[in-house]
Amino acid sequence: MSARTLFDKVWASHEVVPESADAPAVLYVDLHLIHEVTSPQAFAVLRASGLKVRRVDRTLATMDHSTPTRTAQIFGDVPIALDDAAKQVRQLEDNTRAFGVELFGLRDPRRGIVHVIGPEQGYTRPGMTIVCGDSHTSTHGAFGSLAFGIGSTEVGHVLATQCLLQRKPKAFAVNVSGRLPAGVTAKDMILAIIGKIGVSGGTGHVLEYRGSGIEALSMEERMTVCNMSIEAGARAGMIAPDEVTFAYLAERPRMPTGRPWDEALAGWRALASEPGAVFDRSVDFDATRLEPMITYGTNPGMVLPIGASIPASGGDPVTERALAYMGLRGGESLLGKRIDVVFIGSCTNGRLEDLEAAARVLKGRRVAAGVQMLVVPGSQQIKREAEQSGIADVFKEAGADWRESGCSMCLGMNGDTVASGAYAVSTSNRNFEGRQGVGARTLLASPYTAAACAVTGRISDPRELL
Amino acid sequence: MEPLKKIVSKTVVMASTNIDTDQIIPARFLTVTTRTGLGKALFADLRYAPDGTPNMNFVLNRPEAAGSTILVAGHNFGCGSSREHAPWALVDHGLRAVVSTAIADIFTNNALKNGLLPVIVDSVTHRWLIEHPDAEVTIDLQSTLLTLPDGRSIRFPIEPFARHCLLNGIDELGYLLGKLAQIEQYESARGWREHA
Ligand code: SF4
Repeated sequence: MSARTLFDKVWASHEVVPESADAPAVLYVDLHLIHEVTSPQAFAVLRASGLKVRRVDRTLATMDHSTPTRTAQIFGDVPIALDDAAKQVRQLEDNTRAFGVELFGLRDPRRGIVHVIGPEQGYTRPGMTIVCGDSHTSTHGAFGSLAFGIGSTEVGHVLATQCLLQRKPKAFAVNVSGRLPAGVTAKDMILAIIGKIGVSGGTGHVLEYRGSGIEALSMEERMTVCNMSIEAGARAGMIAPDEVTFAYLAERPRMPTGRPWDEALAGWRALASEPGAVFDRSVDFDATRLEPMITYGTNPGMVLPIGASIPASGGDPVTERALAYMGLRGGESLLGKRIDVVFIGSCTNGRLEDLEAAARVLKGRRVAAGVQMLVVPGSQQIKREAEQSGIADVFKEAGADWRESGCSMCLGMNGDTVASGAYAVSTSNRNFEGRQGVGARTLLASPYTAAACAVTGRISDPRELL
Repeated sequence: MEPLKKIVSKTVVMASTNIDTDQIIPARFLTVTTRTGLGKALFADLRYAPDGTPNMNFVLNRPEAAGSTILVAGHNFGCGSSREHAPWALVDHGLRAVVSTAIADIFTNNALKNGLLPVIVDSVTHRWLIEHPDAEVTIDLQSTLLTLPDGRSIRFPIEPFARHCLLNGIDELGYLLGKLAQIEQYESARGWREHA
């Protein structure tokens, strides 16, 4: 047999029925994650057809998207401010209760953003197929699983059958060599990759990030990279599991011990792409030359090294419209521009290492006057860890707003929004028009860069504050 | 689902590239628990002024656009989120096909499950369509041909199974439920080892 990729192996071991010219493969799903926004319509289909959730043991629900982040609305007597959001949260409670699905509910200490809690609680494992009604499901690929987003109709398919109809995507190798310089993060790496291959460059493909530059990353950094695969248009992103992966997994709840662990480990070790495995496409990066990156436009591919000038539009209507929306001009530098909001959080950069990075910049400093800084941990566990280690105090002392976990300002459907026309430096993943609020102007960057901007009130190179 | 065989309509053109799902339907409209009635939120931030009045410069608000069921969009339509609310909103508004040079993967999957046809054409055909708004176009799913007003026909790719389902109004869930015996067999063959 010819040499196989990591993706080939995970795909092949989940084919219930292989694909043919006439029909897609029936692909088995090991873990189905659900949340309040994309599941109600799927449960409605089950109800209407008299179907059950086929494998409640492979289904896990949490609340994150429309869930508020204000402590009083989660733990106090204050009702959820948005009526529709409250209805969605209640509906997920009802649906999971009625169908017997495990739920990390509003006050559960394990609750958090769906792509943060899966790995954290030990549900996400190498070699699995993982789906969720959310495009950033690609995050879980950092563990060597095949993980991708699906729509609500497909959520219904998985609830009812634990399977999906899928055509096999193509394989795309992203080779990264060398270590990141100081002050440059995994977020900068993935933004640079998207800038190079473009926002539709990965369409129809599963990316495999590989090489010494990837091996040098922590699990949290790898999740940041895989998270934004969808921003390059890719179906999923994957990284072969290695000792770093196994060390992370060994500390998780729910992990087997003793012989079952040894057996699982042996299986995981055999997952990596074999030497000579062929990819449909590939691209090479040198991590040692990367700089802090920041977006200037209205898609994540419109990105530049922080000190570079915004490219001239050259009459291109897409660039012109994006720059008009952003209130920026071609040829100017972003450095020194005033900003209004800083958001640290999301499934891209809301994990403990991200908060630690931001705190490193903020320690002993204050958020600039006139700047609103929101720090939203990716999960309740991360929140507790940050409170225990003292970094929550760094944020509070600096004048930042410290919240309960959730998607928050990443998509602005839970009460946390950026005002029209305001500039927000955000560690999230999308700078689309209106993503963080009507008319909001988003600049995507790393936690270091976002924190540096909070301190100075202007777009700043974090390397000067580290 | 209603079978979908042929669409004959004037086109509406939105030439912008990378029309993402947040533009198609902003997140604040996702707090629904049903799939109907989302047409009013379609392209909300482009279609309405902040005070809620229609923006008459926006293409879908032009009187000529009334009744059009084919949207011609710039490269990479539907990128971004997995929200099926995007095709639901397009369909609820009355659209039945989106034509572009590239359409995002998840959007394509979601569209096909809702009777919204994603049609990929070459850049020459695309340019012609962009430059000729309101052109009367026929999209025939049986022959997989898109026919321009001058009679030129262009073949478009479509996943064969999705085509079969659309042509016959078949629900994919029914097909999957028909595979339950194989699914059970697969599960017992794997023996539920902890993941490998
Ligand atoms: S944090 Fe943002 S990208 Fe991540 S799941 Fe929530 S809304 Fe989606």
